[in-house]
Amino acid sequence: MIRVFVVEDHALFASGIRNELGDGFAVVGDAATVADAVARIPGARPDVVLLDVHLPDGSGADVIEALGSDGPRFLALSVSDAQEDVIAVVAAGARGYVTKSISPSGLADSIRRVHAGDAVFSPRLAGFVLDAFAGRTPPRIDPELDQLTSRERDVLRLIARGYTYKEVARELHISVKTVEAHVSAVLRKLQLRNRYELSRWASDRRLV
Amino acid sequence: MVSRSANDRVLTGVAGGLGERVGVDPFVVRLAFVVFSLAGGVGVLAYVAATLTFRAPDPDRLATSPRTSTTQALAVGLVVLGVMIMLREAGLWFGDAVVWPTAVAVLGSAVMWTRGNDSERARWSRLWSRLPPDVGDTLSGSGGRVRAVAGGGLVVAGVITFVSSNRPAAGVGGAPLAVAASMLGLGVIGGPWIMRLARQVAEERRERIRQEERAEMAAHLHDSVLQTLALIQRADDVRDVMVLARSQERELRSWLYGRRRARDGKLLSAAIDDLAEDVERTHRVRVDVVLVGDCALSDRVRALTDSLREAMVNAAKHAGVPALSVYIEVEPDAVTAFVRDHGVGFARERVSADRRGIADSIEGRMARNGGAGVVVSEPGRGTEVRLRVAREDA
Repeated sequence: MIRVFVVEDHALFASGIRNELGDGFAVVGDAATVADAVARIPGARPDVVLLDVHLPDGSGADVIEALGSDGPRFLALSVSDAQEDVIAVVAAGARGYVTKSISPSGLADSIRRVHAGDAVFSPRLAGFVLDAFAGRTPPRIDPELDQLTSRERDVLRLIARGYTYKEVARELHISVKTVEAHVSAVLRKLQLRNRYELSRWASDRRLV
Repeated sequence: MVSRSANDRVLTGVAGGLGERVGVDPFVVRLAFVVFSLAGGVGVLAYVAATLTFRAPDPDRLATSPRTSTTQALAVGLVVLGVMIMLREAGLWFGDAVVWPTAVAVLGSAVMWTRGNDSERARWSRLWSRLPPDVGDTLSGSGGRVRAVAGGGLVVAGVITFVSSNRPAAGVGGAPLAVAASMLGLGVIGGPWIMRLARQVAEERRERIRQEERAEMAAHLHDSVLQTLALIQRADDVRDVMVLARSQERELRSWLYGRRRARDGKLLSAAIDDLAEDVERTHRVRVDVVLVGDCALSDRVRALTDSLREAMVNAAKHAGVPALSVYIEVEPDAVTAFVRDHGVGFARERVSADRRGIADSIEGRMARNGGAGVVVSEPGRGTEVRLRVAREDA
């Protein structure tokens, strides 16, 4: 049984998720604001938090940052928005991003995947990430964080093209586990880049 | 650090900013500058110095011009008086006959036009509600009519004293001087009112602009979102609802996130938006578009979008699935596009030779434009169409 917590300000959608998630899932709580989510999640002890990108009093990234790295695993969920917002939530530590138009079985599958510690990239997120790494940003100091390996790029491109992980594996003649490893590596780069940028931001302003 | 005021300004907003900061009606500050200017031009110098050293105004902040209590006004007056006596002793002075009458006239103006604080206002506003708003506001400040009469009297007294004590010194004859002094006196009495009126007009204009923006937003929501919601309530087919919702979502997002940019078809992203919307509407499928990068719509890129349309329509018609994925990437030297579905798929050799869609519209067209079009399909495993053209502008 996977314990799921829903952070979502649209009550209709939140109750829809409750109904759609079938056997194997228990919705252990919900919240409609950043403040509520930060207050209730530790007590509810969920395995996976479904997190809306936009909340009335902040963003999903705020929830992740407030709960720190020992918190549960997060899966971002929204009616796809601007690239920066989605990237921000994933960079803050969400294990993936799916749009609200995802099918119930697709959502259940994504939650299972996140619970298992894997990353969930929807085609749209893959596109956003490729865009973010497309070299439009000014070069930074650490080239390892600034670039995707060509293999990671291949994997993201196939996901953006609508391939499932299994199809990506078959296309590239690698195992599904390897696909997941590549995707997780991309996620880690995004999050490191985020931390790096934050610390640079802080040191620029002499906060540390 | 004091900043100049963005909207409460006569010259550069120094007095407005200072008044806001100290909590005194900027009008009082302005008068202080005027009086100091008589003392050997000290006020002018101070004003210039303040203009140079104060921070530039912050246009986003709306000035809340503070209301001054009688005590505060009195305090500012006494400070001014003290500094004037000091300057007089120091010799920075245009002469008693000029300075004192002017100071009296300016004091009269201050008595008339300084706005009272809120509690005083409330007491009087009921009595003066029949006056035109601005005059009523001013006169109801503190002592109403008494203030107006006393201030006006002081101004007149100042002008008369000025004229009578300067006649011998002027030498040229009193008439022009008296006329000029009277004009100045009228200016001191009526000037602030005219200024306040002008500011009110400016504020009303700003408010009107804000309202127009709101109205534009409302009009847009009405034309698009509300109409679609009405249509959705009348639709009984789930697919219809889905198509309506999707096209509305697409439209609203492009409006919100700036893809509102000239939809004249000059950019690939705009063309793709239109294309996807069109296919969704006509063939009732969901098209998930992921676009990385953007570029101008050259002839070759246009050929690519034409082939893309053919591929999307094929998938919508034959794949038998409710959704297809489209991925387009603009690379430095080429544009690639993929249409993927998880539908029935097909074997190429079993497509009859008279069906020319793939050969002509996809493979042929891409080859003619210096690119390549490939259709990969397998029964039961879906189909992918891969398109690529080189960019002419690269």
